[in-house]
Amino acid sequence: MAAEQGKVDPMKQFLIEPLFGSANWELAGFNIAFTNSALWMAITVILLWAFVAGGMKRELVPGRWQMAVESFTGFIDDMLEANVGKEGRKYVSYIFSLFMFILFANLLGLLPIGVLGLHPFTFTSHFTVTGVLAVISFSIVLVVGFWKHGIKFFTLFVPHGTPVPMILPIALIEFFSFMIRPFSLALRLFVAMMAGHVLLKVLSSFVIDGLNAGVGTSLIVAIPSFALMIAISALEILVAGIQAYVFALLTSLYINDAEHLH
Amino acid sequence: MPQIAQLAEFYSSQIFWVLVFFGITFFLIGRGMVPKVMGTVELRDKQIADDLAAAQGARDAADEQEEAWRVRENENRAAAQAKIAEAKAEAAAKTEAKLAKSQTRLDAKLEQAEAEIEAARESAMAEIEDVAAEATQDIVARLAGGKVDKRTARSAVKKALTDA
Repeated sequence: MAAEQGKVDPMKQFLIEPLFGSANWELAGFNIAFTNSALWMAITVILLWAFVAGGMKRELVPGRWQMAVESFTGFIDDMLEANVGKEGRKYVSYIFSLFMFILFANLLGLLPIGVLGLHPFTFTSHFTVTGVLAVISFSIVLVVGFWKHGIKFFTLFVPHGTPVPMILPIALIEFFSFMIRPFSLALRLFVAMMAGHVLLKVLSSFVIDGLNAGVGTSLIVAIPSFALMIAISALEILVAGIQAYVFALLTSLYINDAEHLH
Repeated sequence: MPQIAQLAEFYSSQIFWVLVFFGITFFLIGRGMVPKVMGTVELRDKQIADDLAAAQGARDAADEQEEAWRVRENENRAAAQAKIAEAKAEAAAKTEAKLAKSQTRLDAKLEQAEAEIEAARESAMAEIEDVAAEATQDIVARLAGGKVDKRTARSAVKKALTDA
């Protein structure tokens, strides 16, 4: 990092760098460099696989690990049951994958492995990634909606009991709010992740600069900033869970719209 | 902001790899492993439900048997009570009959004894009258030198005896 110069660039943590000389890998003319972002996706998948695999002992009386995995699947199952109903069961695979993928990514990005000289990378702080996930969720909503209801899916834009003269403006508003869903889904996660990480980096620069500037500023600036960093780290762990939950919850609510209209 | 500054350079790589790794997550973990985990949970829930149902069934059966036992017990008790009452009544009747029989026997004995006493008294009285009449005849003959016939003496004695 730029600590030697007493400067911390809070944006450097979001830099994408190609690894293993893969900068020029191409597929059908598109660059597919294996970047640090992709590496952390791979780590996420491996850890998530290990986590779920540890819960696959299929014992009648579960151990702690199996209990943990089962409580996550049960959590997603309950959420879909509550929001979508019985039809929600077939989406457990997708929502579970989505929730756990985002949750593990968020939490891995908070790992304090910077002290070992490594750089954790939070790929959910890139809207290219969250955008893809949002588009997948939105596509599922569209496909399910049109598959189940055909052209009647458009009645989603006209809530029950709308007075006739209001149908057109309401439908327009509903249509826009519907079309904004993938953007809000993607931006919410990206912004929440980025803001927290930037805040932590800014505070860490206060700590470093404050310590370098002498005893007085250490007491006034560095120590309170460090205490605040600890508190915000705890908050960020909470946010990591909440954002994964919100993404999964909103996706299941949108799927409910597709399944049942209004 | 690298997210925007590097967009042109890396957007395809980002999209490609997230599709690859999220695809692996979905197909390997979401489709492959999660249903098994949930199947295990379902199996356990079913087993618990079955066990509970079996326990409930056993409990119901036990209750039923207890009820049957209670009914049988009550019947037995009632039968025993009836038997006791019958025996009591029989014993009472027997005792009564025996008492009546001995009473009549005693009555007969008493009557006979009374008759015997009466007869003895009568014969004794007659003897006393005879003796007294003879004594009267004798006394009269000795003192007055008269002769009193037997019938007169006897009526006089009888009169004296009844007056006495």
